[in-house]
Amino acid sequence: MTMRTAEERTLLLPHGRVRPVVTAEEWLRRLLLLLVVGFLLVGVLLPLVPLVARSLSDPEGRFVGPENYVRYFSSPGLVSSFVNSLTIATATTLLAVGLAFGYAWAIARTCMPGKGLFRAIALLPLFAPPLALAIGLVYLFGNKGLVTTGFFGFFERTLGLPLAYNIHLYGINGIILGELLYCFPQAFLILMVAASLADARLYEASMALKASPLRTFWVVTLPGMRYGLISAIFVCFTLAFTDFGVPKVVGGNFNVLATDIYKQVIGQQNFVMGATISILLLAPTGIAFVIDRIAQRRQMAVLTSRSVPLRPRPHRLIDTIALVYCSLIAAAILIVIGAVVYASFVDVWPYRLGLTLRHYDFRHVGGGGWAAYTNSLWMSFYSAFFGVTIVFLGAYIIEKSRTWPPLRHFAYFLSMISVALPGLVIGIAYIFFFNPKSWTIAGFAIPNPFAFLYGTMAILVLANIVHFYTVSFMTATTALKQIDSEFESVSASMRVPFYRTFARITLPLSLPAVAEIAMYLFVNSMVTVSAVIFLYSPQLRLASVAIVHMDEAGDTAAAAAMSVLIIAACLIARLVYTVVVHQLNRRTQAWRLP
Amino acid sequence: MKRFMLFVVAALWMLAGCTTVQPTGAPSSAAEQTDQSSATSGEITVYTALEDDQISVYLPAFNERYPDIKVNIVRDSTGIITARLLAEKDNPQADVVWGLAATSLLVADRQGMLEPYAPAGLERIRPEFRDPADPPHWVGIDAWFSAFCVNTVELEARGLPIPTSWADLIKPEYKGLIAMPNPASSGTGFLSVSAILQMMGEEEGWAYLDKLHENMAVYTHSGSKPCRMAGAGEVAIGISFDYRAIKQKASGEPIEPVFPAEGSGWEIEANALVKKDAISPAAKTFLDWAISDEAMRLYANSFPITAAVTDVPIPEGYPENPIAQLIKNDFVTMAMERERILAQWAERYDGKSEPR
Repeated sequence: MTMRTAEERTLLLPHGRVRPVVTAEEWLRRLLLLLVVGFLLVGVLLPLVPLVARSLSDPEGRFVGPENYVRYFSSPGLVSSFVNSLTIATATTLLAVGLAFGYAWAIARTCMPGKGLFRAIALLPLFAPPLALAIGLVYLFGNKGLVTTGFFGFFERTLGLPLAYNIHLYGINGIILGELLYCFPQAFLILMVAASLADARLYEASMALKASPLRTFWVVTLPGMRYGLISAIFVCFTLAFTDFGVPKVVGGNFNVLATDIYKQVIGQQNFVMGATISILLLAPTGIAFVIDRIAQRRQMAVLTSRSVPLRPRPHRLIDTIALVYCSLIAAAILIVIGAVVYASFVDVWPYRLGLTLRHYDFRHVGGGGWAAYTNSLWMSFYSAFFGVTIVFLGAYIIEKSRTWPPLRHFAYFLSMISVALPGLVIGIAYIFFFNPKSWTIAGFAIPNPFAFLYGTMAILVLANIVHFYTVSFMTATTALKQIDSEFESVSASMRVPFYRTFARITLPLSLPAVAEIAMYLFVNSMVTVSAVIFLYSPQLRLASVAIVHMDEAGDTAAAAAMSVLIIAACLIARLVYTVVVHQLNRRTQAWRLP
Repeated sequence: MKRFMLFVVAALWMLAGCTTVQPTGAPSSAAEQTDQSSATSGEITVYTALEDDQISVYLPAFNERYPDIKVNIVRDSTGIITARLLAEKDNPQADVVWGLAATSLLVADRQGMLEPYAPAGLERIRPEFRDPADPPHWVGIDAWFSAFCVNTVELEARGLPIPTSWADLIKPEYKGLIAMPNPASSGTGFLSVSAILQMMGEEEGWAYLDKLHENMAVYTHSGSKPCRMAGAGEVAIGISFDYRAIKQKASGEPIEPVFPAEGSGWEIEANALVKKDAISPAAKTFLDWAISDEAMRLYANSFPITAAVTDVPIPEGYPENPIAQLIKNDFVTMAMERERILAQWAERYDGKSEPR
């Protein structure tokens, strides 16, 4: 479409006059843009077409209109799942955003000690699969959990105190607690950025006007963080609404949409109903996404370059409260992760508490054992490597080139929508899109050029890159925006080809962001279950999926052991990232320092 | 033994009637075609519902004998493997089904998905453990049956007696202490439900299951998990199966295997060749091996009842005469009624079911 308008423009010019020169360099840029758009079309948009089509057809593929949806909403069990998912997501969002707000505020705006440590601990759950967090809860709050039994009666025996408490984990309590752990770091990350962006001038004005601290909080702090809050709410709601790992382990008799999809697709191989529920899963996250986009668009006007960063001042009472508050939350996170690690070494929980390594010998349990772990490491490595390449080139061509504006905007739109796609939806959509040998479109069978990907490592990597595309893309875009666009114009006027500017200036300056994206992709590919559980093949099992299978078979200790291995890999990746960025900053970012 | 033989023979008459009217899918030229692999090399995909800790013992024996055949195992609970097999009817992915409930194989067979094949050594298989058609569509390897895993520590702490029968399980004092597998996903769950319906009759059976439901803490995905949960004290009683109960006891968990007084539901685990365009000779090699003496001896280490007689004594912990523990089981009717029973079960109790 854009190509035609360009052509038309040239054709309209009278002959003999200067025609706009399309240089080889510009063709290269166009090619790059087309590649990125092509990737996003195949990875994000096109697979949704058969998904929607399937939800409107019967199992034989005949169009039946909204019949499946009618059937869904007329089955009371399934409707209750929809309501349950909404309940879980709402409760989790309120709790996670509320707690994370306080935590981020305490780190950004008080002078309490140990901020670096609290920050690190808050991010710890990001390195564990949600299933692992739920398994940790089982060992703490299950019927034989440490808390439920008062440390196996330890308090009762030594202190004479019946310090045992049963929270009735299995069901809504367990799911909300698990999702809270899962969503907290995500909300914290967003709110931390928002809390750090305060403009000190507003606080000075507030003080000069003798406003009470409470009033300052309501009219300055909260409005200043509102976009961060909206984003955090959007992210938490989407994650909790679509997560499958936590309800799978501690859901008990409490059904939610995500586990319904799994039941329909894996348990009954009912792909039509799976597609229908996927669309229902997509609806609220889609709405949340639109609201978030509208809010973010407004934010642009709020930040100004004259802002003065706020430096927190010591305040003994507030700092103490902040310290206690953060210590409690950090302790809760450490205890859950610690329970997983401890349980993975316990011989027979809760009867023989001797320590053993036998749960790390995965030969006698399902899921694929160490081979699955190796597969996961490779998959995550490929996802990081290819993902960062595509994401960064995509962000570069969209941000730094002036090629084909409508197509660039379209590419931007595609880059942003992947965040609204839950992993389970990506997984099912990929089955429909990549599995058939040919697609039937309007009665014609068209051979599927991508069918060869099905069941391979490549489709797993593709699913991961698409699943985590948007956040990576935003990171790359932010880094690119910080590089003055004068580099491009000066290079162009000096006839330096854009790829040389890219290789000599843009890329080196963005290396910390590149490393961050690679780390983000690696970690998330290690811990994710939702997209890959529908796509892995028996020859290519994965560690996170193995946790699901081991838990299903009741091998909870082995599931804990696999969780520990995943957490270890993620922490090592994070460590490598920290070292690399430290080195990079010393070498390439010295110009940023004052 | 006599009783067992009698009803099996009766059941198999009906079975014969059921299977022989099937178009037997005579080995077409396509079926005779071979891909690149020979009988001792190649790659095959095997669908199985055997336990993970059994596969990890059995499979290495095959690998050692046939190092050039790569076996890709797809292991899940009976219901999942069955659903997957049926869903892939038009484009089968599996080459071989190994150790899947006979009722599930009967369903697949009725859809014409199994290729008749007489594995080497078939004459050693007890007649009641194989499809009577010639060549058979499926061949059994062992039988497994329901057992309760009772956590003695937990019951003692609550001052409750060890339940010894199905009737005990619906007593109010066990409320919230029992887990059992969801029959839709688990073969163990299905054989237990089908045993109750057969022993008590439909009406009384469902009434019993209603009461059992009142006592149920959770329905699990797999047949092993109730026993594992009992072993960890998460529940006090897990309705599971013989091998798992004995195995968990042996691993040091405070489990007492209980074989219910009224009798146990049971099933044959069987093998079959999947009908597809290019049948790999390696698949037949696998099926031959899977009923060989070597394999039977391995099965006999974990099952008291195997399809071929072996010199392995009945493993410790089992009743002396395991066959007397088995109820009269009409597989054919159960296979025919499977879908209806599962639908009715889901309608009544699915709210308490763990995601499967």
